[in-house]
Amino acid sequence: MNTLKKQVILGAYLGGVNHHTAWWDPRAGSQIEFDSFEHTARTAERGKFDFFFLAEGLALRERAGQIFDQDIIGRPDTFTVLASLAAVTDHLGLAGTINATFNEPYELARQFASLDQLSGGRAAWNVVTSFDAFTGQNFRRGGFLDHSQRYERAEETLEVVRQLWDSWRGDDIVADKENGHFLRRPDAGTFDFHGGQFDIRGRFTVPRSPQGRPVLLQAGVSPQGRDFAAGNADAIFSPYGKLPEAAEFYRDIKARAVSFGRSADDIKILPSASFVLGDTEAEAWEKYHEVRNQQVTGQTALILLEQIWNRDLSTFDPDGPVPDIEPDPDAPPIIQGRAFTYQDRFETVATLRAVSEAKKLTLRETVIDQFERGPIVGTAAQVAEKVDAFVQNDGSDGFIIGSHLVPSGLDEFVDHVVPLLQDRGVLRTEYTGTTLRDNLGLPVPHDRIPYPDPV
Amino acid sequence: MTSNTPLHLAAALDGAGWHPAAWREPNSRPDELFTGAYWTDLAAVAQRGLLDFVTIEDSLAAPVNRYAPDAADSVDRVRARIDAHLVAARIAPLTRHLGLIPTITTTHTEPFHVSKGIATLDYTSRGRAGWQVKVSGHADEAAHFGRRTVPELTAQDWTAIAEGTLPQVLVDLFDEAGDFVEVVRRLWDSWEDGAEIRDVETRRFIDRDKLHYIDFEGRYFSVRGPSVTPRPPQGQPVVTALAHQALPYELAARGADLVFVTPADDVHAQSVLADVAAASERVGRTGEPLRVYADLVAFLDNDHESGAARLRRLDGLAGIEFASDATVFTGSAGDLADHLAAWQQLGFDGFRLRPGVAVDDLEAVSSTLVPILQRRGLLRTEYPDTSLRGVLGLPTDVPNRYVTGTPAA
Ligand SMILES: Cc1cc2nc3c(=O)[nH]c(=O)nc-3n(C[C@H](O)[C@H](O)[C@H](O)COP(=O)(O)O)c2cc1C
Repeated sequence: MNTLKKQVILGAYLGGVNHHTAWWDPRAGSQIEFDSFEHTARTAERGKFDFFFLAEGLALRERAGQIFDQDIIGRPDTFTVLASLAAVTDHLGLAGTINATFNEPYELARQFASLDQLSGGRAAWNVVTSFDAFTGQNFRRGGFLDHSQRYERAEETLEVVRQLWDSWRGDDIVADKENGHFLRRPDAGTFDFHGGQFDIRGRFTVPRSPQGRPVLLQAGVSPQGRDFAAGNADAIFSPYGKLPEAAEFYRDIKARAVSFGRSADDIKILPSASFVLGDTEAEAWEKYHEVRNQQVTGQTALILLEQIWNRDLSTFDPDGPVPDIEPDPDAPPIIQGRAFTYQDRFETVATLRAVSEAKKLTLRETVIDQFERGPIVGTAAQVAEKVDAFVQNDGSDGFIIGSHLVPSGLDEFVDHVVPLLQDRGVLRTEYTGTTLRDNLGLPVPHDRIPYPDPV
Repeated sequence: MTSNTPLHLAAALDGAGWHPAAWREPNSRPDELFTGAYWTDLAAVAQRGLLDFVTIEDSLAAPVNRYAPDAADSVDRVRARIDAHLVAARIAPLTRHLGLIPTITTTHTEPFHVSKGIATLDYTSRGRAGWQVKVSGHADEAAHFGRRTVPELTAQDWTAIAEGTLPQVLVDLFDEAGDFVEVVRRLWDSWEDGAEIRDVETRRFIDRDKLHYIDFEGRYFSVRGPSVTPRPPQGQPVVTALAHQALPYELAARGADLVFVTPADDVHAQSVLADVAAASERVGRTGEPLRVYADLVAFLDNDHESGAARLRRLDGLAGIEFASDATVFTGSAGDLADHLAAWQQLGFDGFRLRPGVAVDDLEAVSSTLVPILQRRGLLRTEYPDTSLRGVLGLPTDVPNRYVTGTPAA
């Protein structure tokens, strides 16, 4: 193995609530039955992936107050699926997206620590703060926090959760039947936290897991989100799968990490990526265009633009030009519950118009052209080559791979691309450890609680 | 009721067992209490014994025996536990028939999360999920959340409780729990069966007319819905609660399918059954009657030691006499079978045994008690091919309150 080469980190993403998932394909399976999750996770483990990843949404998507009916909606509970997957996998990391706004730190810490125990040290938390406020209507907290407060709460949530995870030493459980000592110290798990958001104290009930504590991922790209990730996370789930944005983002996050006193290596950058394989490159592109055409119907194109314009665009013709009206950033959101990562609506609109003009594209064609996050298309050899090159050239440290076909889409990648990545020496051929930290090459964090003084 | 009506048998799992010294027994696996293997092994034993279900205890604080408190700073107790819901999910794919009923508190949690969590357990277990509703009335749990205070109950409060008067704070917590269950159930119904249509022609994935906002507005929270998780396989997973007196009986009668009770003796057993029936009457329960299961802590005889001797020995190890809300049974499996048969005649629908020592007593239940009950024709000899609701004799086709034409329930 060429040790100078970066190893490619791979996560598997089961296409969920979005317009990418080809539910209309006759081979498409259920988005909710456990079989689908089990199949994808087992496939990922067969392909020696680092982890399986689940996104989360806490309210059904709406457009103008009506539930979406064109795309996949509906998903299972993250913790439950991951704990069940822990039963049918042995090495695969289990990463769950869980909102820091609509959960309490004690409960969150307890659920992730329990998952970490039940999986033998394979849990990861993808910290998000939610795209929009309307999610709050399903929770006691009600209402919502605005963007900046969400990160304040997230920061403090993370601080508390870490304190709770660290409230047990690795060897606090002695379980000495003979002498009747279950615990090494009577106060294992005690904690006390007083901050601006939380004022809590007591005793955490879950002992330390084999990987010390769960791995932390983060998804969120605003300046605040970037700092939050750079200061705290082991990996960041990024939307930038295309160069040069990806490389720019990579440099930015690594630099931020260093400015927080961490090493650039302490945080891994993982864009989401879809792939399409063909026997020839031409065939792969043909397949890709076919899929894209099905994913982005005229109506889907309008909805995607509505999110940017924040206006009802239903009177525009998808086969006509890009709308000539201006966005309305101040109106109540027309699209609820869909990720929104454009910082400036006017600038985005200007770009779309320019592209459509330059390439002579209709509204729908413009969306098809512009809304793809960087697909990896080609023969298996080309895809392996692109993945490897992207990582070696610091576009990322790996990818979170999704497929438009649930649950069997990943099979192709594992059967055809994985062996080539292994041949290139950038992907393990066997798991060497059992925990997610082992997979990712992250050290087990030190116990925070010192030994009690000898009496 | 005739003696050959099959009885329902279940087990309540709690760490190493219900006795505080259970973890020190030779077969106990105290250093594995937090692993998947420990729980799946227990579940396998329960399933081998054809039990209807196991419940998994939980609380948002370190375990303590509230009935026989001991020093909180002792190192000789299992002061740790993991999330029961996740334990159930971890067991689900590795079992086929056993019902899985984790305990989840309603006091510091979100009904939206609990609803999708249990619905998803119903998916990953393929129709075997339930929920044991629990109220957290303790100051230590409240301090873990810091959103509200729950005053530590005084000795006076406890006397009042024993006499049947609950302090207002508990009344409110039960009231909140009632709303909580209602919200969870509405969310389970918030997708009609068949809402996912995958109509390729019109390119509609769902029929949005089959999804419903629940718009619950109550004293403690409001929840809009619909759930993000489609209606679970059982429609309504099985809701259970442990209850000791009138107000909790009413909570169970309002929202549960099954109530666990703790009769002390035959006379008490009869009054408990009457009280539960009265509570059902008071809350105007309609539809399926509330099923009543009696809880018993069991220390069974083995080849070299009687159950009573085991209990005495364990008490010696713990340095405290075992106390419990439920009757403590010690004796042979045959005696326990007699006892269950006799109480069944009083009108209980089933029994939930709490193993004093998880590994030993659950094994004894499955390999000794169950065959005796089977020989007496009191227990089935194989699992029926149905959901947990089906196993329990609850209707498997549950009407959805939001289906057009059904009066809103
Ligand atoms: C690649 C990516 C994936 C995301 N996935 C989710 C998700 O599954 N659930 C969710 O609630 N938010 C998700 N988010 C959004 C996060 O909630 C994020 O915190 C939100 O965008 C607000 O932060 P920001 O302004 O820093 O991006 C995702 C964001 C990105 C960039």
